[in-house]
Amino acid sequence: MTGICIIAGALDGKLSRSSLELIGGARMLQGPVGQEVAAVLLGHGPGLAEAAADLHRHGVGRVYRCDHPLLTAGQTDAVLVAVEHVVRRTRPEVVLIAADTVGRELAPRLAYRLRAALATECVELGVEDGAIVVRRQVYGGRALATLVVRTRPAVLSVKPHALDVPQPAPVAGTVEDVSVAIDAGALPTRVREVLREQAELGLEDAQIVIGGGRGLGGPEGFALLAELAKQLGGAVGASRPPTDAGWVPVNWQIGQTGKTIRPALYIAVGISGATQHIAGVTGSRTIVAINRDPEAPIFSSAHLGIVGDYREVVPALIAKVKELKGA
Amino acid sequence: MEIIVCLKQVVDPELPARDFAIDPATRRQVREGRPLVISTYDENALEVALQLKDRVGGKVTALTLGPQGVAGDAIRLALAMGADEAVAVDDPHGVGLLGVEKARVLTAAIRRIGRFDLVLCGCESADWVERVVGPLLAEALAAACVTFVSRIELRNGALLVRRMADEGFHQLEVRLPAVLSVTSDETNRPRLPKVKDIMTARRKPVQVWPMADLSGTSLDGDAPGVEVRDVALPERTARCEFLPGDAAAQVAALTQRLRDLKLL
Repeated sequence: MTGICIIAGALDGKLSRSSLELIGGARMLQGPVGQEVAAVLLGHGPGLAEAAADLHRHGVGRVYRCDHPLLTAGQTDAVLVAVEHVVRRTRPEVVLIAADTVGRELAPRLAYRLRAALATECVELGVEDGAIVVRRQVYGGRALATLVVRTRPAVLSVKPHALDVPQPAPVAGTVEDVSVAIDAGALPTRVREVLREQAELGLEDAQIVIGGGRGLGGPEGFALLAELAKQLGGAVGASRPPTDAGWVPVNWQIGQTGKTIRPALYIAVGISGATQHIAGVTGSRTIVAINRDPEAPIFSSAHLGIVGDYREVVPALIAKVKELKGA
Repeated sequence: MEIIVCLKQVVDPELPARDFAIDPATRRQVREGRPLVISTYDENALEVALQLKDRVGGKVTALTLGPQGVAGDAIRLALAMGADEAVAVDDPHGVGLLGVEKARVLTAAIRRIGRFDLVLCGCESADWVERVVGPLLAEALAAACVTFVSRIELRNGALLVRRMADEGFHQLEVRLPAVLSVTSDETNRPRLPKVKDIMTARRKPVQVWPMADLSGTSLDGDAPGVEVRDVALPERTARCEFLPGDAAAQVAALTQRLRDLKLL
């Protein structure tokens, strides 16, 4: 066993951002595991050539390209067949997987099949005293657990957006086309439909995010937040209660179960600050909380606090921002 | 439809911060004296199971793992919500088990329960958030696997599920038997049992299986390849500065601060 292998997805036609984040993770492990970083590249169609070049640009030498019509969005069973095939043949010491929709299913299942050590949803990877050490959030982000990975092979999944996309470090790489037999009839699950929901575009990449919670009282409050976001050039998200209540789409959810955000500015409006939510926003550089209840736990995670009714504060803030922009 | 729902009991995740503590010896949260609840999404899983049973008939068995005595509360709630039967694996030391180990115990228990079409569990536990138990059970039981499912429908004998995905939702067709992990949405908010249900629940059968009885099945696996070295509370770097005055004064102060930070 040798080297690190990242599972790179281009299931939507182009290399996913979280695949690039894995390269950053792989670099943190280089040294004790050896220098070589390889990738299994999964997808279908012409976009794969560009994706392979992108991997080479970021320092991945060997690319095992699996091009198959069933390797498309959400097809975990097909992805598992392909990944297991390549990994059994190439025998890496460490497999890195992005903990996205497919990766969350893939990592534990692959680990089971390989009898591999398993650590999921890692936010940090590193090497200490020659051992692989990973960190992950536990107890709703209230604590950080440090795990030592004792055995090999190891399958590690990395929480999307926890690591930065690394700087390019081009290498002259190789691409090997791997033909994988995937029997469509044998797959126990099949994606029949992909329903794209009007996600707040770029919620995870926005530099300014406005989040709304139960305290908004209903879907109408989100219109006000949208106006504020428009003025500030930001995106709108939500904590779990509004998405559970159907006020806003589920994929607006920020938090442990939803998206992890790390903007320069996060404004939490009417959000009590359940640990579930806090786990997804702790990477924000500045957190502003607006809440009627001065005892709300959100204030213990915030840098700036406004105790007040959002129906007064937010319109005043919109007006003020407009005024400043006009000046 | 024979449905098994795995329920985990955890310390109430919304416990005030002052009551949250890590035991340095076990490297886990201190549980003594803290309120225990069914882990958030496990209740949604039970709700999804009960709704499916209401529509197509069948039986729902609640399965939990934990020290006897405290696990009883979770089981009673599950039975009061509408589960037909319950199994509690009495595991006095299991609180700190990792997902890989828990999945082995649950696999052994599910094999002993016997027949099932569906196994449901929460998409993640409120405490350790590994998100691995569902997929590991699926592998061990040679069943289909989908995680982060919010809705299940049986149409012409085929199971259709809705999975929360990065870009929205996926609609999947799933072959039975299957293990599904469940997330919340507006259709699966856990029902509140009525007084009558709580009374009826007392007469429903609960089996308690000592952990030792399950060994020799699939319990004897390798030790997990990872070890928890420590669990640390991050140092609080944020100290909230409250902006005083009425809305106008607060907003003026806020915009000034945001300008100082070059955010405006």
